[in-house]
Formats: sequence, structure tokens, C-alpha cells
Amino acid sequence: MASVTVAKLLKRFGQTEVLKGVSLSIPEGAFAVLVGPSGCGKSTLLRLLAGLEIADQGTIHFGSRDVTRLEPRDRDISMVFQSYALYPHLTVRENLAFGLKLRKTPAADIAKAVAEASKMLGLDALLDRLPRALSGGQRQRVAMGRAIVRRSSLFLFDEPLSNLDAALRAEVRVEIRKLHDRLGTTSVYVTHDQVEAMTLADVLFVLNKGVVEQSGPPLEIFSRPATRFVAGFLGSPAMNFFDAHLERKDEGFQAVAKDGFTMPVHPDRFAGELTAGREVSVGVRPHDIHVTPGGAPFQVSIVEALGAESYAHGTIAGSPFVARVEASTPVKKNDRLEISFAEMHLFDKQTGVSLRAP
Amino acid sequence: MTREPDQPSLLESIGAHVVLILAVIFALYPVLWVIALAFSGSRPPVAEMVPLPHDATLAHFQEVVSTTKATPDGSIWLFARQLVNSLVVSIATAAVGIIIAVPTAYALARFKFLGKERGVRALLATQMFPTVASLIPLYLLLDRLHLLDSRTGLVVCYAATSVPFAIFQLRAAFEAIPVDLEEAAMVDGATRFEAFLRVVLPAARPAIAVTALFAFMSAYNEFILAATLLSKAEMFTLPIVLQSYINQYDTRNDLFAAGAILVSVPVMALFYVAQRHLVAGLTAGGVKG
Ligand SMILES: Nc1ncnc2c1ncn2[C@@H]1O[C@H](COP(=O)(O)OP(=O)(O)OP(=O)(O)O)[C@@H](O)[C@H]1O
Ligand SMILES: [Mg+2]
Repeated sequence: MASVTVAKLLKRFGQTEVLKGVSLSIPEGAFAVLVGPSGCGKSTLLRLLAGLEIADQGTIHFGSRDVTRLEPRDRDISMVFQSYALYPHLTVRENLAFGLKLRKTPAADIAKAVAEASKMLGLDALLDRLPRALSGGQRQRVAMGRAIVRRSSLFLFDEPLSNLDAALRAEVRVEIRKLHDRLGTTSVYVTHDQVEAMTLADVLFVLNKGVVEQSGPPLEIFSRPATRFVAGFLGSPAMNFFDAHLERKDEGFQAVAKDGFTMPVHPDRFAGELTAGREVSVGVRPHDIHVTPGGAPFQVSIVEALGAESYAHGTIAGSPFVARVEASTPVKKNDRLEISFAEMHLFDKQTGVSLRAP
Repeated sequence: MTREPDQPSLLESIGAHVVLILAVIFALYPVLWVIALAFSGSRPPVAEMVPLPHDATLAHFQEVVSTTKATPDGSIWLFARQLVNSLVVSIATAAVGIIIAVPTAYALARFKFLGKERGVRALLATQMFPTVASLIPLYLLLDRLHLLDSRTGLVVCYAATSVPFAIFQLRAAFEAIPVDLEEAAMVDGATRFEAFLRVVLPAARPAIAVTALFAFMSAYNEFILAATLLSKAEMFTLPIVLQSYINQYDTRNDLFAAGAILVSVPVMALFYVAQRHLVAGLTAGGVKG
């Protein structure tokens, strides 16, 4: 097991700078998740950790070991590929044993390690099959087995569940977490699925355009997003945004939307950042609204009923807006509701940085 | 057996069989004639709908197999020599071709390097000239090198013509193997070379088998180069031997037919052994494992 420390990592492919100075640190034994939109450099960062790409600048340490320029085989890591990358000509047993054989592990130890991993992942009945005779879910388990069998000091996962159907994905997600709790190996997990990100991570890193926008425990990032990007990226349905500006009111401030609707701003939450006339982006999660008389006017254009709850789509202050309402609240297309916000985020209109006190 | 959803109906099945049977007859009819000629003891069958051997005999086979040639050191068994020539030359051609083509194709499939595209185009250009075009230069070259009338000379020429095609075949095969596999092997503890040896090569085995078989066959069947570069009977390969039975002055259809059957035996045996690879190789890439 090892901690991971990445400092000012820079990676270019030709002219495009894919990673623009990524720094992060993952405590020993933690399950870290890298999340971000497609093309933000998640896989590239993971491949740099694996040694499959070499950084143009910056350093990578596993514990106190500088691995920045080491070959993959010298890094003591395991990796689960999105495609699983099972060796097609080898049986499941041979796939699991491959790495140990390369390292000249004695046959008895190999057999023991393979048996253990196979038992842990329920592969016993599949050991003599070739990968082509396995289902997608079974292949995924073999890929996991191949990663854990060597007991490396770091596990790397690149979207390991993206080829599974939704039900299986949920199941394996839980298993991965259980496996981690059992083995305690430091893990770095890349995904663009925010449910995976939220549920698996001890520590979450949100990447955007080659930089880490925010890191920390997932719930903390969810409730206190540091930028408009992070706020919009985490949460489903996504956070709603609309434009407003700040005005003084009594001792404190209020936000005034384009259509004149006003919202009180909690002074202690946004201490120091508030000035009259400042242009802001107001962010409200669909789950943070109440239907109450006297709130913001909300014209419903479409209702998605999911059973336990419904999503009402419409506009507020000229911007598209989604509100979650209880199934028991009757909402129909073309209704005019008034809604208020239980929780509100403010971001600088230009920089997107949260105005919230740290 | 359960019925697959896309299994054809009875009518479709009958139709397919009729077409296939006709195709097989069409392909095999000339072969039937060869068989009839080879086994007929008396007058050879002519102008019959269904050619069958008359007075079946193995005499022609015996005659073809038992050719000899007197040399100062005694008499040599010619047919055996010629069969060995054919096999040695063909196997060596396939081996040399694969040994050169595998690393080249892998490099083309995986690495970027200076002059790669030009090199590939030059290679492609060599494919546009028929072998006959280089007949005279090859003869002169081998003469200078003292490789006329030698197996080595023939192998060099055959390998030179089969390598470009083998490279293109194998390049496509290597490109079809996901890079992930090698990367997984390297993470698992392999060097780049070990990853190639233990993961890429086995995964490409069907394609390599097909390519080798192809090189073997083209060498085994080649006539024009062999006829030009070889002049001593004990250096002949089998196609020249066959041709010698139907030369202008003394056409022996019966010996030619018997010889043709004998010559086909090694190829058929090879196909039989390799057929699993062949099918896998021909369909590789079509379906994801
Ligand atoms: N080998 C390469 N050569 C050139 N550009 C590359 C290479 N690998 C990645 N890129 C580019 O780098 C950027 C980041 O790629 P990366 O694969 O890290 O994204 P990602 O965050 O993993 O995206 P996704 O969620 O789609 O997998 C992309 O714009 C991609 O086109
Ligand atoms: Mg990726």
C-alpha cells in the first residue's frame, strides 16, 4: 500500500496540453475517484500513474518512491481496463496467473493466490474457460481478479463498469467498494458516472480541462461546490442556473433575478464576497425547491413523472429550470407554480467561482 | 440443438444446398478427370459424361515416384529429391517470410517513425510488378551470386516476393489486436518485448498461420521462376517435374495426372492440419472475442 502524490503534472500530445499542472494527493489506503467530463484528461492522468505515458513535467510519488519515469512493471500497480483487456488465448486461470508467472513466483504460491482471488470474486466455476466464453459481467470480474491477485500497492481503474448494463453496474459498484474495504489497497478510479463517483469515493477529484477543479470528500464537494462547473457537474438532474445581480437590503443583501424576482442572501454563508451590483449566477439544485405561494414564478412546460417523484421542467428568469416535486403534489403541463429555494449557491458570473465563505 | 433465431427455413436450406452442390460439382469435375486419368490402366477415358478409371491401376504412380538419375556417384532417387526440394524451398520461404514480416508488420502497426508512409508505399509499389518482369534481372543476379540451380537462390526470390504481401496481411492483424492487451501485460510485469512475445504473438497466431500457409502455397506452386532458375533435374521442384510430362514431344497425360495427385497430397495434409487456424484467421476481426 502506498499514498500517491502528484505534483504539477503536465502532459502534452503534440500541441494540445491535456494535463495543465495537476497536483493531488491521495492518502494511503484511500479510494480516490477522478471524475470529469469526456476529454478532460482522466484517462491520461491514470495512464501517467500507471507508467503507460510519461509526463512532460511534474512528479509522481508512491509513498516516498519517485516513480515519475519508471516502467509500468516497476511500479507495483494493478490496473483494470475499460475494455478488460483479458488475454484472449489464455484461460481465466492463466489470465489471473499471468503477472505472477512473469515475476517468477513459485507455482504453489501462484495456485494459492489464484484460488484466493477466484474465491473472493466467485470465479471458481470459470477458471478453465477462455475469455470469449464469458459474459460481459464475468469478464469484468476476471479483470478485477487479475488486478487483485498480485496484491500490488496501488489499484488503478479506468471506467471499469461502463460496459455493463445498469443493474449489473450497481451490483458490481457495491462489490468494488466491499473489496476495497477488505483489501484496503490504495485505489484510483476513473469514471464519468457521478453515482459511482459519489458512492465509491473516500476522496473525490473533479477534473476539468486538464486541471483539478476541486477535491475532497464527495458529500462535501456536493454540498459546497467551489465552482459553477463542479456544481453543474455533480448531481442529477443537474443544478439549475440563472443570472441575477446583488443589491443591498436592510443590513444584508438580496439577489435580484432578471424578471425582478428577489431572493434573500444569507449573510453568514457568503461573508466578505458580497458587493452591491455584482453580477452572479444563482445555482439551485432541483431537490432544493419547495412549492410555496409567494415564491418565484415558475411556468411548467413539461412534467416527467418517475413514480416516487416528478421533475417539472420550465423556466425561471429566462433560463431553463428543473424542479423536483413530490409525486403527491399535483403538477401538470402549463401550470404556473410559485417556488422557493431551500438552498442556494452563488457564483461569480465571469469566473464561475463560488461566493460562499470557505 | 435448439433452433437459432436466424436459422434458415427448410426452403432456404434446400436452395442453399442445391447451389452449394452445384458449386462443388463445378469445382470437382476437372479433378474427377485427373483421377480417372491417373488410375486408368488401359486406354484413357475420353469424352465421357462421368469420367471413371478403366482397368484401375497404380502403375502411373509407381512410374512417377520411381524416377532416377544416374550420376558419377551412382544413381539417385530423383522423385524423392524433387519432393524434398519442393518442401524445403516452400517451408524455408514461409519461415523466412514470417521471420521478416512479423517484426516489420508489428513496427508498422504500433510505432510512428520517420519515412513510415513512404516505406509502405514503396512496398506497395513492388506488388504492382508481375514476377516475370524481374525474371531476367533475377537470373543475372543469382548467376553472379552463384545461386542458380540452388534451393537458397529460389528461397531468396520467393521470400522477396511473398514478404510484402505478408507484411500487409500481418500489419492488419496486429492493428486489430487492442493495444490494451500489451499495456495490461506491461502493467502485469512484462517488458515491451515480453508483452509482444507472450500476448501479441499468440493473439495473432491465426493470422500468422494463414500468412505462412499462403507463402508456403505460393512457393510450392510456383513454376516460372523455378523453371528459369533451375536446370538440373535433381534440383527441380515438383511443378517443373509435372510440366515435363506434358512437353511438346511426348505428352503423358496419365503420368501428369498421377503426379498432380501426388503433388497435391502435402498441400491437402497441410490444409487439413491448419484448417482450424484457417477458419479462425479468415474470420478474425469479424467478431469481437
Ligand atoms: N495518444 C494520444 N494522442 C493524442 N491525443 C490524445 C491521446 N490520448 C488522449 N488524447 C487527447 O487528450 C484529451 C484527454 O483524453 P483522455 O483520454 O485523458 O480523456 P478522458 O477524460 O479519459 O475522457 P473520456 O471520459 O472520454 O474517457 C482528449 O482530448 C484526447 O483527444
Ligand atoms: Mg477515458
